[in-house]
Amino acid sequence: MDFVATIAIDGLIDASWLFIVAVGLTLVFGVLNILNIAHGNLYAIGAYTAATGVGWYYTGSGPPMLGYLVLVAAALAVAVALGPLMERGLLRLFYERDEVLLVLVTYALFLILEDATKLIWGPNPYYAYEPYGLLGDISLFGLDYVAYDFLLVGLALLTGGLLWFGLNRTIIGKLVLAVIHDREMSRAMGINVTRVFVLVFTFGVFLAALGGAFTAPKISVQPGLSVTVILLSFAVVVIGGLGSVEGAALAALLVGLARSAAIHLMPSAELFIVYLVMAGVLAFRPEGLFQRTALRKI
Amino acid sequence: MNAIIALGAFLALALAGFLLPGWLVFLAVVGFAKGLVALGLILLMRGGLVSFGQGLFYCAGAYAAGLAMRYGAIGDAALLVASGAVVALVLALVIAPLLAGYRGIFFATLTLALSMIAYGILNKTYVLGGSDGINLRAPSFFGYQPPNSAMANYALFLFTSAIVAVIAALMRRHFDSMSGLLSLAMRDNEIRAEYLGASPRRVTVVNFLVAAGLGGAGGALAALALGHIDPEFAFWTTSGEFVFLAILAGHASIAAVFLASLLLELVRSFSSQYFPNSWQMALGIFLLLVILFLPQGLGSLLRRRRKPRELPIASRAEAPP
Repeated sequence: MDFVATIAIDGLIDASWLFIVAVGLTLVFGVLNILNIAHGNLYAIGAYTAATGVGWYYTGSGPPMLGYLVLVAAALAVAVALGPLMERGLLRLFYERDEVLLVLVTYALFLILEDATKLIWGPNPYYAYEPYGLLGDISLFGLDYVAYDFLLVGLALLTGGLLWFGLNRTIIGKLVLAVIHDREMSRAMGINVTRVFVLVFTFGVFLAALGGAFTAPKISVQPGLSVTVILLSFAVVVIGGLGSVEGAALAALLVGLARSAAIHLMPSAELFIVYLVMAGVLAFRPEGLFQRTALRKI
Repeated sequence: MNAIIALGAFLALALAGFLLPGWLVFLAVVGFAKGLVALGLILLMRGGLVSFGQGLFYCAGAYAAGLAMRYGAIGDAALLVASGAVVALVLALVIAPLLAGYRGIFFATLTLALSMIAYGILNKTYVLGGSDGINLRAPSFFGYQPPNSAMANYALFLFTSAIVAVIAALMRRHFDSMSGLLSLAMRDNEIRAEYLGASPRRVTVVNFLVAAGLGGAGGALAALALGHIDPEFAFWTTSGEFVFLAILAGHASIAAVFLASLLLELVRSFSSQYFPNSWQMALGIFLLLVILFLPQGLGSLLRRRRKPRELPIASRAEAPP
């Protein structure tokens, strides 16, 4: 019984950061129709920026608890710096073209950002361990967990909740939903679609960077991070149904649990269990868990 | 006509391979091998499908050749390449029914998932070398065992060039044929093509199988050239490279695929030597420029000089809906 609980708790912790990252990816796809392969790079850049920021903050004498604000600030900085730049500077040039071609454009972006990250931060790992231990430990089912991990779960719940509220209960959210539903009609009704695009893309970048910033204290930040993350969040988004926020939540949980079960029960399966789940779901529900089947239009 | 051009190209290559330095000949073999895989991908893309997991078949072909050599004691290059193509084809037959109903981004992601499953499994299968992979011996060619490595290099180059020439001629013939043009119609508007009596499912499955066979043959050739196979063959960046090649070459010209592939190998080997930390960035920028300014690929440059054969159909297929 304890064993099952361990798997469930580890899975939940894994799912929480995965959800934050993947929901950004799915939101961007929903609004802009872009499956952004460079999303993993944005996560990595968020993690690097956070690690640099934390390293700088804890050499000073500020109150240690404010270190968490540094993480959020790092994510915000990345989003503001890169979001509008990528959307306005590059992606908008390809909106008239094929959806699959846009995947290739973001693949090119992935290649570019991958090397840019290496050029800026170098090949050596960065550590930002200070915020990790600040909250102490929590004992559950006879095992000790670092309380920070549950902060992550809380953050994921908060993100999901705020996103739901923002989309369904605010004016700007309704505008976003309208654009998701029908881009052309929204424009005809006077919605500034361009602004919604920039806004949502930047928010997507923020979520990727936020996921990166808040996992940075748990891991060593090094090259190769972006590949792992994009492959995982890709799977989450496809399993949940492209563009579906609820889907991303459920799929993140599914992937998190599958991964933690694999790590505990059959470590050699860890590398591909996620894709096994993905192929299994797609074989029965081609459009993902939470996606309505689209009509074929002539 | 196609056969004559192919024969001429083969003879020119054979002569060039004799005169050029060994390292270039080696790069040409690897480039041609990858060009074969990309050609299969172009076949799929003509039908409107992009596979982000072509590395699966590339890897299957490479491992089939490697295992046949190691455990089957087969040393003949022709048999090894054939076994690579056949194994990839059988694998494709198994998954084709699953994939045939998917289009667009779902097809791309599902193929990606399958190739990543293969990557994960191979990484942990220690009988097959795990993440270290397996080393291969030099192959023999129809009973001829090259005496030294320079001769082995040239023999493999000749062998590869012959395969490439034959396949290029066949593929040109197919692209210009009725069933080949059907793919273009499908990409244009699948439902209309279906209403006109075509079977998109069959076209898709056939394209997918041929692409897989070419992927397997390319993988086997690459394995023979490199002398080493590992799970990286199925990794998604390998697949991404094939997509890159296909976009770079476009589907206007078949020769462009192999030229583009050779070009990419050259650029890669030079830049990974001289600026190892930023060659991916150069590749990315290059890809963006091609997509922006050469939407039909390098092949459109080669093709424009000649008078195209069936302009009315081809140009209509290129036009935006």
